[in-house]
Amino acid sequence: MSGFFVLATILLIYLVIFQIAKASEYVGVLKGEEVMRKQSNRINGFLLISFLVLGLIGVWYCNDLYAHKTLFAQGSASVEGERVDTMFMWTLGVTGVVFFITQILLFWFAFKYQEKDGQKAVHFAHSNKLELIWTAIPAIAMTGLVIIGLRNWFHFTKEAPADSVVVEITGKQFNWIYRYPGKDKTLGKTYFKEISDKNNNPLGQVWSDQANNDDVIESSEMHIPVGIPCKLIINSRDVVHDVGLNHFRMKMDAVPGIPTTLWFTPKYTTKQMRERLNDPEFVYEISCDQMCGPGHFSMRGVIVVDEPTEYKIWLATRKPNYWTAFPEKDPTKQPPATADTTAKKTADVKVEADTKIAKK
Amino acid sequence: MSNEAVLHAHAATGHAEHHEHHHHHESFITKYIFSQDHKMISKQFLVTGIVWAILGGLMSVLFRLQLGYPNETFPILEDILGKWAKGGKIQPEFYYALVTMHGTVLVFFVLTAGLSGTFSNLLIPLQCGARDMASPFLNMLSYWFFFISSIIMLSSFFIETGAASGGWTSYPPLSAIGDFSEGSKAGMDCWLISMALFIVSALLGGLNYIATVLNMRTKGLSMTKLPLTIWAFFFTAVLGVLSFPVLLSGAILLLFDRHLGTSFYLSDIFVSKTQTALPNEGGSAILYQHLFWFLGHPEVYIILLPAMGMASEIISTNSRKPIFGYMAMVGSLFAICILAFLVWAHHMFVTGLNPFLGAFFVLLTLLIAVPSAIKVFNWLTTLWKGNIRFTPAMLFAIGFVSLFISGGLTGIYLGNSALDYQLHDTYFVVAHFHIVMGVASMFGMFAGIYHWYPKMFGRHLNHTLGYIHFWVTICGAYLIFWPMHYQGLAGAPRRYYDISNWHFLKGFDGLNQFISTVALIVFATQLLFVFNYFFSMYKGRRLTTKNPWGSTTLEWTTPINPGHGNWPGEIPEVHRWAYDYSKDGRDFIPQTEPIGAEESHH
Repeated sequence: MSGFFVLATILLIYLVIFQIAKASEYVGVLKGEEVMRKQSNRINGFLLISFLVLGLIGVWYCNDLYAHKTLFAQGSASVEGERVDTMFMWTLGVTGVVFFITQILLFWFAFKYQEKDGQKAVHFAHSNKLELIWTAIPAIAMTGLVIIGLRNWFHFTKEAPADSVVVEITGKQFNWIYRYPGKDKTLGKTYFKEISDKNNNPLGQVWSDQANNDDVIESSEMHIPVGIPCKLIINSRDVVHDVGLNHFRMKMDAVPGIPTTLWFTPKYTTKQMRERLNDPEFVYEISCDQMCGPGHFSMRGVIVVDEPTEYKIWLATRKPNYWTAFPEKDPTKQPPATADTTAKKTADVKVEADTKIAKK
Repeated sequence: MSNEAVLHAHAATGHAEHHEHHHHHESFITKYIFSQDHKMISKQFLVTGIVWAILGGLMSVLFRLQLGYPNETFPILEDILGKWAKGGKIQPEFYYALVTMHGTVLVFFVLTAGLSGTFSNLLIPLQCGARDMASPFLNMLSYWFFFISSIIMLSSFFIETGAASGGWTSYPPLSAIGDFSEGSKAGMDCWLISMALFIVSALLGGLNYIATVLNMRTKGLSMTKLPLTIWAFFFTAVLGVLSFPVLLSGAILLLFDRHLGTSFYLSDIFVSKTQTALPNEGGSAILYQHLFWFLGHPEVYIILLPAMGMASEIISTNSRKPIFGYMAMVGSLFAICILAFLVWAHHMFVTGLNPFLGAFFVLLTLLIAVPSAIKVFNWLTTLWKGNIRFTPAMLFAIGFVSLFISGGLTGIYLGNSALDYQLHDTYFVVAHFHIVMGVASMFGMFAGIYHWYPKMFGRHLNHTLGYIHFWVTICGAYLIFWPMHYQGLAGAPRRYYDISNWHFLKGFDGLNQFISTVALIVFATQLLFVFNYFFSMYKGRRLTTKNPWGSTTLEWTTPINPGHGNWPGEIPEVHRWAYDYSKDGRDFIPQTEPIGAEESHH
């Protein structure tokens, strides 16, 4: 019933508008086209200048409402991302000036030079000087932005620093799988025809490659240490995905068959971010930014940025996927005396890490 | 010399044809359906475009309902859409089909066929002083290929597995393998076949436009005397002819990958659903993106250039001033046309593209800002010291300039690869291209319709409805897309059906609801325009003069309702450029008037 009323109201509104429009047309015929044109000209001229004023207020109001909700308000969570933020501000400055000048001129000219009795348009067809000026100025401004942009671009896309932590991230419909090289610091070979979820081999690790034996696979969350460059090797198992790291200001596609890379240096641990933003539920999220199927919107990953020691402990307590795939090779499952291996290992790593920090 | 001969011969036959019309009555079918008259074909393109615009707009209303009111149910949707809106809630598969179709339909069917198809057909012969297109028959075929393509695309909604749903770009492997998405099954085949036919239509049309502009201008109408509309349509056609075939090859290779077991785009793929690894190896998913965007980017200008041309013409006419910097305007159209071919990879900065190669695409992309800026400043100077009449067409042209500025400037962010690293595929992009390519071009199209409607039907559109249409639409466009930039800067990715389980996207529910509500109102207002269009065809105020806007160009020298052949007698000869407004104390001087002995030079 309410639907019916809504429909009736809408129809009524249409009808009223239509009647007004028709009536104004008749009035126009009676008054003559000339008079009618002048009248509507005045109204529209006034509306144009009002639109400009209200529009500018709207721009300010919208900024007031939403600027603090953007990621720029909280600052970049990666060292490299700071360059993005600075560059954004430069671009905002340049485009902002152009925006206000041109929009104001556009609506102001339209208002000011609306048709008036006795006013004559000026026959002004070209001026080489003016045209040269507004060819040169944008060209110079663009050159500046290109220079800033390309310097950053080459910085972002250069080879990751040698001491980077390496994590492989693989997209599949609709989640992410993370792989860490073990002690040997080498990711073992994979081949897509070896993939088998059933046999606990979600990435197709080739078991004849020994480097695979200590590789750790995680699917719940990705841990990385703060302050140390992190290099992601990005893969996909099925369609094109995209690793969107909004807080770190980075993004890279995951393309099946063509591995891509991305590196950044996290500035804050997850815990620090929670304090900074006063938001106890804060997590770094990985959003899939490339349309990848009906579950695209739910393809969420989580990054936990730890203190380096925490990270080492976390990594050391993970079991290599080799053990999951071949439980008989898992030393922790061998019956006698090894129950506390993991605990011992943890302690070892902690000591090692502590001494490292002490040395620094 | 030979051109002259052709022209005269053509004029003669045209004349003869015209006489024939008086004696032979055209049947309904030859006049309204399989018509070879460019004016009728342009109306066919326009009406089909309007139908598609309503459908495409309706799709956006449906998915905006989901985005704005994710927790509500609309039982009426289930009554209409069945399983696609189970429980009154749009399902993800259908949501993605809507998003995909909205993009495809608006980009190709409305803003390419509906815009360029309508106005190139209508204005090229009329403003060039030709009796019809170079090949009226191919012109007719162009429309009918478009029509068949439309039917196939529309029918894909009625397939059990639904329409294509991989985004309007349809990247493989998602679009190549049915197991990845319901929409990648038969719906995707429909999409590809429909696109292939559409490309045939675009090529037939484009070749015709080029041939007509180059060969069939009337006596005295040198290229530099052409109105900017014709230059814009000409460059648009060149862009289409050189880039659409590449998309055709992309689509055909994709069909091969889907059905013939080839591996152009496929490699290293494991299908989780069936737990099988596909045999394909050695293909590149990125190859498709190159082929797609080699059309995809010029396509943006295929959409935009006609709007620029028409806005130039309308602004000049209604300011009663010559367009400022005619040669610079032509030059910048040319520059945009060339650059359009050299920037496609800026859509692919985050695909793992070679950074060195990417640098060139950054440079060339930002270079487009220069001709664009020239155009904007020239439009502004055209308004300066004019005597402006705010017809609905003029308002839409001013709105076009405003939107072109707003949307163009955000392109400077996205074209700079280091910033694209952050902004790629967020709502910032959505806001950018909707404003600059979507809404701005729609404004150009509306401006064109309001301006040339009298030429099409010999009647005026209702101006009051036109004003309401303009003001609601421009306010709505800014209210919808301006705040979206902020969503983008908050990192909101495109094409998300539901953002409720994302922590970093919290706090935008109210905005989404607001945007959806405004979108509904704007859509309702467009229906007002559609009503105005069809109502005025029969009941609109009749034209009393041949030249209602006091325009200089040739189309206004034809009778109010021109027959096939356009001019009853000889085709008029042209003596001057199209922009002699307010010259030597006269309001305007038609192009057909010989240059007087004492006239000043412009």
